[in-house]
Amino acid sequence: MSLELQGVSQVVDGQLHIAPTDLVLEKGTMNVLLGPTSSGKTSLMRLMAGLDKPSTGRILSSGTDVTNQRVQLRNVAMVYQEFINYPGMTVFDNIASPLRLKGQSKADIDRTVRTTAEMLKLTSILHRRPLELSGGQQQRCALARALVKGAELVLLDEPLANLDYKLREELRAEIPRIFEQAGSIFVYATTEPEEALLLGGNTATLWEGQVTQFGSTLSVYRHPESLTTARVFSDPPMNFIAVGKAADALSFNDGATVHVHDQWAGLPDGKYTLGFRAHHINIGLSEAVGSEFQAAQLRCTVVAIEATGSETFLRLRYGDAIWVAITPGLKKMAVGDSVNVWLDVTQLYFFDEAGCLVSCGDSVV
Amino acid sequence: MAQITLSNLAHTYAPSGEQESDFALKTLNHVWQEGGAYALLGPSGCGKTTLLNIISGLIMPSHGRVLFDGTDVTDLPAEKRNIAQVFQFPVVYDTMSVRENLAFPLKNRGLARAETEARVALIAEMIGLEDILDQKARGLTTDAKQKISLGRGMVRESVNAILLDEPLTVIDPQLKWELRTQLKSLHRELGHTMIYVTHDQVEALTFADTVVMMHEGRVLQMGTPESLFETPKHTFVGHFIGSPGMNFLDASIEGNHAVINGQPVPLGANYRNPCGHTQIGIRPEYVQFTADGGLPVVVRHIEDLGHRRIVHAELERSPISVSVPEGCPFDSTMTQVRFIPEKINVFIDSWRVEGETF
Repeated sequence: MSLELQGVSQVVDGQLHIAPTDLVLEKGTMNVLLGPTSSGKTSLMRLMAGLDKPSTGRILSSGTDVTNQRVQLRNVAMVYQEFINYPGMTVFDNIASPLRLKGQSKADIDRTVRTTAEMLKLTSILHRRPLELSGGQQQRCALARALVKGAELVLLDEPLANLDYKLREELRAEIPRIFEQAGSIFVYATTEPEEALLLGGNTATLWEGQVTQFGSTLSVYRHPESLTTARVFSDPPMNFIAVGKAADALSFNDGATVHVHDQWAGLPDGKYTLGFRAHHINIGLSEAVGSEFQAAQLRCTVVAIEATGSETFLRLRYGDAIWVAITPGLKKMAVGDSVNVWLDVTQLYFFDEAGCLVSCGDSVV
Repeated sequence: MAQITLSNLAHTYAPSGEQESDFALKTLNHVWQEGGAYALLGPSGCGKTTLLNIISGLIMPSHGRVLFDGTDVTDLPAEKRNIAQVFQFPVVYDTMSVRENLAFPLKNRGLARAETEARVALIAEMIGLEDILDQKARGLTTDAKQKISLGRGMVRESVNAILLDEPLTVIDPQLKWELRTQLKSLHRELGHTMIYVTHDQVEALTFADTVVMMHEGRVLQMGTPESLFETPKHTFVGHFIGSPGMNFLDASIEGNHAVINGQPVPLGANYRNPCGHTQIGIRPEYVQFTADGGLPVVVRHIEDLGHRRIVHAELERSPISVSVPEGCPFDSTMTQVRFIPEKINVFIDSWRVEGETF
């Protein structure tokens, strides 16, 4: 089965919720919708499910137009951020309910429920009711119900957002494996870039109702085609700096210049925005090491310092810009300190004035 | 601002609860220093919100006393404790402007107009709201509204403490960076005693000077972020702090080395005849792949997070995760791991024991 969106858009009361979107999702894949709150993740899912009708465009399921088909007739399961179960039923009956609706035999139901419960670590609590369970268990129960349905399309709308950090970590590790076995099309909405990376598969980045890029999760992360995608798929936020390129020199606002490296020599002269991630700012290197590193050296002021035990997070001011830097270990620094930072040239993104990626790391796009 | 003392404090929700298991909060003695930044960290149901509610006066403890600067406030209701609170969901008055929202707690207490204006201007500048002071709160984004809540919590100079209950949970990840920075600078500039409740270790470790790690109603460890990371007192702390958490492996301890599946593993300290269930704990960050001379592992699954990869493997039958930084080579031919000896912790019956350094 495949799900295809052809020019699907949604306009509500004259407001554009989803810009015309083309997407093809294949059977057995995990597809992450990544974007901030109100970027259109839930709207897009509701269109995919058939809960809402698109204003324009068509939705095809394995090539068949299902745009006007009611949600009840489509083979879809959905899991929400809130833990939704039948409070009066036991976990067993909750999981069994979609199977009973299908009229399966008692033995078949029993077998499917028990296998799924085993997978989701619910076996020991099958006899309990949802409200007696922890949030993590309640959400496992909702996930199990979505799984047994054997739906061709499973939509998960920030399913872990209401769970504790550690539980999230655990379930997040299990979800891709559970779903691999199921072979459906999975769509998973999240606001967290790290969650997208942990889930793997494919990612569509969303910004103001627009899918800005779609591809394998790591390729979108490593090669964001636009400034917008780079912003959406970066936590901590990507750092930016304006530069001018003239002949073989790259000049920064504060007057600093660096020699343009060979890989950028082909770029036309003009204004660019340089983007770099928090892990690619190097702090406290000696002059000699820094130069050998062929990095750009810039002088910043420390605005905030946070220690996590293993790493130090720094907020740095450079001109008008505030950057985030992450360095290993504990750094002895104080707010207001002036520090030299080095940008790793092999990890820089060049965006042109239109915000399009023109060079990334050591290759020109 | 005040120093807050918890004296033999404990709480049970059961009316006649006397058994230990009835207690949502087990006996606790602690002094929160004036002007300190504290985090209460733990999973759901660990007792952190119960403790916060006892400090704020929303819950009357079944046992023990709460003192503010030496004065017993245990029987005082919340509104008489002079405490500011910030909750998970922003609490703002939609029909008021941002300025009126910030001024509200001061106006309510009859502060002079000039003073109110000066204070509001100061807070607005620190929290980055100065450009929207005259906008109505209605229609603002969630993070802007939460900034107002934070600002309103900070606006009164005279509060005894500011209690924050999961204040960043509903904020998008990228915006959390900005809010955390502002919260830190507010604390630094204004010097309030602040207690921050969260289940998110990154928030707790980055915010607090002292993190109080709780589990099942008990405080397991209280210390700096570094001490919780490097030397967790209990295996639960090791597991909870860090992502993924600390690896634990059953091992016998023989002086300056551990033995795992018959193979010696050098330790960074000397341990004398430990008895009980002995384990070593090692963080994924301190496990390295090696070509030879290490412990054999089978790689099961790799997560690529961009700036690092997390390799999930098995050592005999125990799961072990390894954090491989970006740029470090890793391929499937690497089937052995070694541990940095100084970074190995030893646990007996789940509690960390201190070795003698050489």
